Amino acid sequence: MRVGVVTFPGSLDDADARRAVSLAGADAVALWHADADLHGVDAVVLPGGFSYGDYLRCGAIARFAPVMTEVVAAAERGLPVLGICNGFQVLCESHLLPGALIRNDHRKFNCVDQELVIENASTAWTSAYSAGQRVVVPLKNGEGGYVADDATLDRLEGEGRVVARYAGDNPNGSYRSIAGITNDRGNVVGLMPHPEHAVEQLTGPTTDGLAFFTSVLTAAVTA
Amino acid sequence: MARVVVDVMLKPEILDPQGKAVAQALPRLGFDGIAGVRQGKRFELEVDGDVTEERLTQIRNAAETLLSNPVIEDYTVHVETP
Amino acid sequence: MTETVKDAEATPDAAQPYRELGLEDDEYARIREILGRRPTSSELAMYSVMWSEHCSYKSSKVHLRQFGSKAPETDAMLVGIGENAGVVDIGQGWAVTFKVESHNHPSYVEPYQGAATGVGGIVRDIMSMGARPVAVMDPLRFGPADAEDTRRVLPGVVAGVGGYGNCLGLPNVGGEVVFDPSYAGNPLVNALCVGVMRHEQIKLAHASGTGNLVVLFGAATGGDGIGGVSVLASETFDDAKPSKRPSVQVGDPFMEKVLIECCLELFDADLVVGIQDLGGAGLSCATSELASNGDGGMRVWLDRVPLRDPTLAPEEILMSESQERMCAVVEPAKLDAFLAICGRWDVLATVVGEVDDSGRLTVEWHGETVVDVPPRTVAHEGPVYERPYARPSWQDALQADDPSRLARPTTGADLRATLLDLVGSPNLCDKGWVTDQYDRYVLGNTVLAQPEDAGVVRVDDETGLGVAVATDGNGRFAKLDPYAGAQLALSEAYRNVAVTGARPLAVTDCLNFGSPEDPDVMWQFAEATRGLADACLELGVPVTGGNVSFYNQTGETAINPTPVVGVLGVVDDVRARVPMGFASPGEVVLLLGETRDELGGSEWAHHVHGHLGGLPPRVDLAAEKALASLMGSLVGVVSAAHDVSDGGFAQALAEMALRRGVGATVALDGVAADPFVALFAESVARAVVAVPADRADEVERLAGTYAVPVARLGTTGGDALAVDGLFAVPLDELRAAHTGTLPALFA
Repeated sequence: MRVGVVTFPGSLDDADARRAVSLAGADAVALWHADADLHGVDAVVLPGGFSYGDYLRCGAIARFAPVMTEVVAAAERGLPVLGICNGFQVLCESHLLPGALIRNDHRKFNCVDQELVIENASTAWTSAYSAGQRVVVPLKNGEGGYVADDATLDRLEGEGRVVARYAGDNPNGSYRSIAGITNDRGNVVGLMPHPEHAVEQLTGPTTDGLAFFTSVLTAAVTA
Repeated sequence: MARVVVDVMLKPEILDPQGKAVAQALPRLGFDGIAGVRQGKRFELEVDGDVTEERLTQIRNAAETLLSNPVIEDYTVHVETP
Repeated sequence: MTETVKDAEATPDAAQPYRELGLEDDEYARIREILGRRPTSSELAMYSVMWSEHCSYKSSKVHLRQFGSKAPETDAMLVGIGENAGVVDIGQGWAVTFKVESHNHPSYVEPYQGAATGVGGIVRDIMSMGARPVAVMDPLRFGPADAEDTRRVLPGVVAGVGGYGNCLGLPNVGGEVVFDPSYAGNPLVNALCVGVMRHEQIKLAHASGTGNLVVLFGAATGGDGIGGVSVLASETFDDAKPSKRPSVQVGDPFMEKVLIECCLELFDADLVVGIQDLGGAGLSCATSELASNGDGGMRVWLDRVPLRDPTLAPEEILMSESQERMCAVVEPAKLDAFLAICGRWDVLATVVGEVDDSGRLTVEWHGETVVDVPPRTVAHEGPVYERPYARPSWQDALQADDPSRLARPTTGADLRATLLDLVGSPNLCDKGWVTDQYDRYVLGNTVLAQPEDAGVVRVDDETGLGVAVATDGNGRFAKLDPYAGAQLALSEAYRNVAVTGARPLAVTDCLNFGSPEDPDVMWQFAEATRGLADACLELGVPVTGGNVSFYNQTGETAINPTPVVGVLGVVDDVRARVPMGFASPGEVVLLLGETRDELGGSEWAHHVHGHLGGLPPRVDLAAEKALASLMGSLVGVVSAAHDVSDGGFAQALAEMALRRGVGATVALDGVAADPFVALFAESVARAVVAVPADRADEVERLAGTYAVPVARLGTTGGDALAVDGLFAVPLDELRAAHTGTLPALFA
């Protein structure tokens, strides 16, 4: 199984995402933002970072990268796509997911080991979890507040499309404490916290994040 | 050369933590009587030639697709007279 | 109208504003002598900036020489003092480069940008050695925690360090936050960066090979920080003078991140002969240093420099400190490949010069020569001052003012209250409010980060080879005795590295002092450098590079002399690193090392009594070495280890218990007969360890072989910190005291 990880100018957690993919047992393929070609990967990860310096708005410029035309088309055909942090922002700007991410309500960059509840264990990226499972994964961002209008939020919750929610106190002002969502098909997932930093006992708070990457091994759809 | 200005503001219902922080700082510095502050962005576009209707439509499209995120922001466009 | 060399020759007696640019009469005279004529305005700008204290180290050179002359013999040093940063061999073909630098004055003027560009600058130094930057640390010092100006400066500095470092994708693995009245008006913002490369990837800032091209790449050049270096760093702050704001540099971390990736691809493709980053003194520095280090000369076409501000004059272009710029020497045949990689990353790259065999640095502006100088005189043969120094008249009285006269707590209740007071004091409290604003996870190689004793970073995924880095620099100790204070700073950083299981290898230093024109300060500097050099020799760890920051003072009052020392060590296998927190109940707690009645300069004297006097703790380098060796042999034996320093044994114990919420019950007689001394003395060469009960004997036996005093104190477990016969503090109460302070002050 080949999982592509896109590098935009300013992507930071791309190498970490590739490591997580390898640890999960898949082949990590580095995809270049300017290259409108997914090279036959079976899934794509849009990693964390500050693509284009977060200029204009987070992910606003990256969404127009040549590779994104292919990612959007492939996602619409069912290719699993995971957007982590900045990647989630890119997915929202691309309208592959509803809503938007704004500045943390306390206005600071915050790096913390965050407890989450995995609410939807049926998506391409969460099938290795069980619904209701609690995990601890690093959360590190300055613009992590998920917002959407009430109608959208009601629909997301009604359709079980909230993938993960923050446990305990809301760390950034996200509406309804939403940490991650999915599209209606369940192949596109956006997540604010960083599962790729919770894959090794040595460097992470837990290894709870690895299952995001092992889940996709069982969801094989080629681009 | 003419200048067209696009002002982008968060929609009223979206939390604006930066505006809130500014509003809290003002009275601390002695500036009283300011009920609220919202923070936005101003884009100054230098365009070739005159500002025609076509040019304005083009800029509104740019505002819609790139300069603002319609999910959370509103924008206005006006021509700056020199 | 731009002055050319011809103009200067034609008007030898024209008055020049050299004093306004910071040059002394004799320095100006020397320039005239070197050139055989008066300098052009561009040359004057160049000399004034490069001969400023910050760039030329004119007041410190004679003392810094000791780091070379007294350097211990070691095979580990691949690149020593004199280059952008030192490089050490850590084994398995890996090399590590690290350095700490200051950006103090700019951070007082504009906290966010001052701190941000401080990080940017040190990262570029590391990049210019051919390394991939892998971690940063920030030793920070501010005025009193509750002072209004601290409320202005601290949040901005922290946001700047985080804003720039996080955006670069570099984990922050450690640092310091220290509060002291002596830093009011003169905050210290030091930034450290660690980089990794394979031996064969090491690069130097040499321009060699006649015909090779000089390529300026990165950001366009604007009016940032014009005169920042010489104007800001050599001036002390004074309310009466006009605002320094226009001289501050503004950073763009995205540009630097892109530059990092671009450089690494250039290095991988072997397209670079030499490389230099543009920092203080911008192009003046980069070109003169490259040329001076090289074997010939250099010709620069200044009008080819891409400008953000087209109105800049040649002098301004030469002095500009626009950030995120690098200068590479490239063989002509490799230029296309070089430009292609820059194009891939959207990095502006322009050929602005070439290496020649003239032995001169010449700069042309639209065909006219505006600079024609011998580069060595600019970059390496600046003024060398032998500043007068003398032991301050107040030093004896200060040392005689022993803290033993201060009232000490004796009852269990009083000792308990003192512990809680200290644990919540600004210097000893939890620094999470600051450090949670930093990304510690990016790059996925952070094994230990704050509040652990050292930042531990994995270098090799397969073998587990890694490095440990720590910084320390107790300004109070150095005020009491600068020679000992510098040795204590080294001892502490060395010990911090050793307790994680690493082998200390090398040193970097950032020497923060007041005005070198003050003989008291100069004496402190002379003593501190002598102390550091002597201690490095005895501990066998050489100084590989560093930084000097003078003029940290407002009016007559200098900051406490603050030699910040960074130590880097090797970890053979990061999987075996020793963390600081008690991990499970039922383990045996032991103290390694000897405790004496030493409270001079202690946190207790400072926080409880506002007292600074007496002598600092007695230095014992032999004991530090023995302890370090013992810690090395305890890897895999002990489950936790923490060094004892500020706040004494009580603080160390509290931190070990709070780290993972596992309490402990101890008796103090194994530490010292007097409970107060046992809890709060700050004697050196000590560590607290926790070990499974069945291996406690082993610890004692190993301690014996290294002649390190050892005492069993008690056991881990429970939800309180209990001191036999004296007091117990529930961990919840301890935690509330420890973590409440900074949020209450700054949130």
